Amino acid sequence: MTELYAELGLTSGEYARIKEIQGREPTHVELAVYSLMWSEHCGYKHSRPFLRRLPSHGARVLQGPGENAGIVDIGGGLAVAMKIESHNHPSAVEPYQGAATGVGGILRDIFAMGARPICSLDSLRFGEIAPLPRAGAAQSGQEDGSGAASAGADAGFDRQRYLFENVVAGIGGYGNCMGIPTVAGEVYFEDAYSGNCLVNAMTVGLVRPENIVRSAAAGVGNHVVLFGSKTGRDGIGGASVLASQEFDETLEEKRPSVQVGDPFTEKKLLEVCLELLREGRFVALQDLGAAGITSSASEMAAKGGVGIDIHTDRVPLREQDMAPWEIMISESQERMLAVVTPAEWPEVKAACDRWDLDCTIVGEVTDTERLRVYHRGELQGDMPAVELADAPTCVVDAARPVHEADEPLDPASYPPPEATLSEILLDLVGSPNIASRRWIWEQYDHQVQLNTVVLPGADAALLRVKETGAGLAVCTDGNGRHTYLDPYRGGKAAVAEAARNVSCVGAEPIAVTNCLNFGNPEKGPISYQLSRAIEGMAEACEAFGVPVISGNVSLYNESFGQAIYPTVVVGMLGLSEDFAVHCTSGFKTEGDVIVLLGDATPGLDGSEYQKRWYGAVEGRIPEVDLEAEVVLQGVLRRAVNDGMLRSAHDCSDGGLAVTLAESCLAGGVGARLEFDGVSAPTAAAVASAASAASDTPAPTAPDTPATPAPDTPAPTAPATPTPTAPAARSDLTLFGEAPTRVVVSVAPETATAFRKLCAGAGVPATDLGMVAGDALRMRVGGDEVTVPLAALREAHETGLPRALGIV
Amino acid sequence: MTESTSKKVRFGIVVFPGSNCEYDAKHALSTFPEADPYYLWHKDDDLRSPDVVILPGGFSYGDYLRTGAIARFSPLMGAVSAFAETGGLVLGICNGFQILTEAHMLHGAMLRNRGLRFICHSQHLRVERTDTPFTSDMRVGAVIQVPVNHNEGAWTAGSESLQQIEDQRLVVFRYCDADGRITDAANPNGAIDNVAGIVNERGNVLGMMPHPERVCESAVGGTGGRRLFGSLIHHVLEGP
Repeated sequence: MTELYAELGLTSGEYARIKEIQGREPTHVELAVYSLMWSEHCGYKHSRPFLRRLPSHGARVLQGPGENAGIVDIGGGLAVAMKIESHNHPSAVEPYQGAATGVGGILRDIFAMGARPICSLDSLRFGEIAPLPRAGAAQSGQEDGSGAASAGADAGFDRQRYLFENVVAGIGGYGNCMGIPTVAGEVYFEDAYSGNCLVNAMTVGLVRPENIVRSAAAGVGNHVVLFGSKTGRDGIGGASVLASQEFDETLEEKRPSVQVGDPFTEKKLLEVCLELLREGRFVALQDLGAAGITSSASEMAAKGGVGIDIHTDRVPLREQDMAPWEIMISESQERMLAVVTPAEWPEVKAACDRWDLDCTIVGEVTDTERLRVYHRGELQGDMPAVELADAPTCVVDAARPVHEADEPLDPASYPPPEATLSEILLDLVGSPNIASRRWIWEQYDHQVQLNTVVLPGADAALLRVKETGAGLAVCTDGNGRHTYLDPYRGGKAAVAEAARNVSCVGAEPIAVTNCLNFGNPEKGPISYQLSRAIEGMAEACEAFGVPVISGNVSLYNESFGQAIYPTVVVGMLGLSEDFAVHCTSGFKTEGDVIVLLGDATPGLDGSEYQKRWYGAVEGRIPEVDLEAEVVLQGVLRRAVNDGMLRSAHDCSDGGLAVTLAESCLAGGVGARLEFDGVSAPTAAAVASAASAASDTPAPTAPDTPATPAPDTPAPTAPATPTPTAPAARSDLTLFGEAPTRVVVSVAPETATAFRKLCAGAGVPATDLGMVAGDALRMRVGGDEVTVPLAALREAHETGLPRALGIV
Repeated sequence: MTESTSKKVRFGIVVFPGSNCEYDAKHALSTFPEADPYYLWHKDDDLRSPDVVILPGGFSYGDYLRTGAIARFSPLMGAVSAFAETGGLVLGICNGFQILTEAHMLHGAMLRNRGLRFICHSQHLRVERTDTPFTSDMRVGAVIQVPVNHNEGAWTAGSESLQQIEDQRLVVFRYCDADGRITDAANPNGAIDNVAGIVNERGNVLGMMPHPERVCESAVGGTGGRRLFGSLIHHVLEGP
């Protein structure tokens, strides 16, 4: 026994506690059940104490954390259910099936609440898939294991491309078949994820409040009904083996723990569930995910304050000789567990027959408050449901990671690279982290259900609600480099950016779901990152008055002792009264005035520019001024809803220049701008600017539409000689990153009214120039940058396929 | 064609297990006041006197074995082909097209997209024929924008049927560029001769990979598909 509990991932302390609860040595079945229910994945034993910090209440909240998904009221007799969940470890082992079943699992969470899924989103992280323009960019691992794994780097680009391409195919393969549009998402490539890719899937569903069903079992004597797929050996122990351990050389051996998805069965499951829910046939409903029947049954019993008896011999099997403990913990996909009254049972059975789905009574609700497992009438296990569902928590003392800096680095310590500003701009616009995501979202059905108003590729996707005419804006955001450099500021920034993105479309942020991807929580620095990131998120959510209604935690994202960047992924839901009144990111009409909202000082630390051109991720990211952020977003939404704006685009990765380039590309029109109004990067640079500006030769790219070779996507131009004295840092103004900034365009006749609106609210608004021509022309300090739209488009559109070696 | 006693045009939308565009077809038709769309269950055997039968897009039977290969054996398909043999109007969209070829109600077969990736994007189509109930409101050579959304849409056929298809002018839509040029670059999936949609010899059964039901509202996607449903409605109400 002793060896077995350890193999199952239980500590000796936990094993002692189990014996204490049981009053004897646990049986084989009991040990298997405890090991899964008390795993990090099911029990949240390291994260629960921190998660309490997140605000989860609000006037709109119909269901907070703790159910299959959270639910908020959106008016008009409708509510939205949403949740995001990770499937990182399975995807690292078998990318297609790992990602596919991740989507399948989150879809079940949504329709288990009675909601019809209306869209999915994703947030992905992989190792680098192509070389960086500067050598030595690979991060070296931190000795305290708090981030930036270098181990996987040796695996090379091919493995990362394989993971990425198959994860995308898996997400599409499942979602497309289900008829759920995948409308938005994000993907970043950083060496820190090379040993541990991240696959977070989010789904949003619509439900009438009266049709919401919950998972609390009730009614002694009611049937416990298992329906959907048959039960097999796939995914046995997935929750403990995969999700709650670090990876090492045995990665390949873990493949049998990955489940295989069957979206066709899930589609039938979706339809039959919604049909039966409309008719009110269920007392309670719960999907089977991690730990299969074990977690579903014990959670349903614990929530209902009742007991459940399961008869494993009644479970329809794929393989006949499965042991009771295997049946209890199998993670076979596309299964649901329901509590049904004897009176409704015939209707439930008939509906499942109509859809050719297995539907079996596998147990009953009791008054024992215990989960009892029988096989051919023989008692195999008998455990208190509450204890199972309430894993013992343990928090490791936090220790600040060694790499965290107190101050931003002095830009003077980064001499401008030997490249023209045009070359740098084209490199960033085509970088895998910034380039067009078209290659990804054209593999997803993003239109089915006919609600997608603003297509993928925008700050946030916008869906219409057919029933009410309202608009739902959705996005996922999370910058791992930021949370790595400062988890508190990074957590804040993730919520702020997500809210900014839905505000750019014109929607008001009303709810958050979140996925926390971290390393091994048994290590002090990881515990520190987890608690600080959650604190930052909590403060931001409070400032916006937006509740966190659901979420998921994925820990042990480490390989060979090195953790991923601590990665907070925020899924934001925004609501607008009229879907037709919205804004997109592309410039529209020549002559429109381009305005920068916000005046935060752009910095190098944690930026894409720093990573690509200095081969470093270091320093300290700026802190979001939440007060300013809330006011700016309020003005932004007001302007969109008053029809003042022609375009609005969040200014994030790649800085101001990349944001402007993206708005030009999205609109298919150029811009002429002058940046002297923009606040300079840092005191140091400002001081040096005046002196050095004059003697810095202005590098100017040729105006003729260049069609660059794939490997060098830049118009040829003389390199800037690196000045010995600190030069005017136009590069920092163009490519430095800062929060709380949005680039908008307004018609000339509206500009005055808009400026007045901003001034009245105290939102800094700087005229940058106008929409014009077929090139992006920027005069910055002494420098002039001109890049033809054609060259920008070439770099932006081919960036991802080129990095994948496809074009 | 079948006599329509009601003033409204009855569209019977067949729901197979795994269909996922039946709601969209019904919603799109609901934007036409003259249309009366309703669902048909694949296990039924009565079409309930439709004017038009629609086989919607999706993944009937999970595309297992081959796209459309299992759906063609659904009980209702017998009634559908009988309906077609009497001249009834049948429209197969995407998976519906795949089913119609598997059921040998249309020429050819489907291969996986060249590039072996699922594709979902807006697509230009050139109208090749307007003497069908599906295109009578259109102009020959007109370019319409209708999205494609499939993994196995590379239509192909043997040289004999290809000849027959050319001789009898069975091709109704071809993939083209914005200016109506039939180029390889404008071919999203590698279909032979850029074929996007074909009819049977009698002209009463149309299969097309693009999704006209997705473009019937200016607020969402555009209106490139309205003329197709409009043609059907006018044909049924006013006759050829």
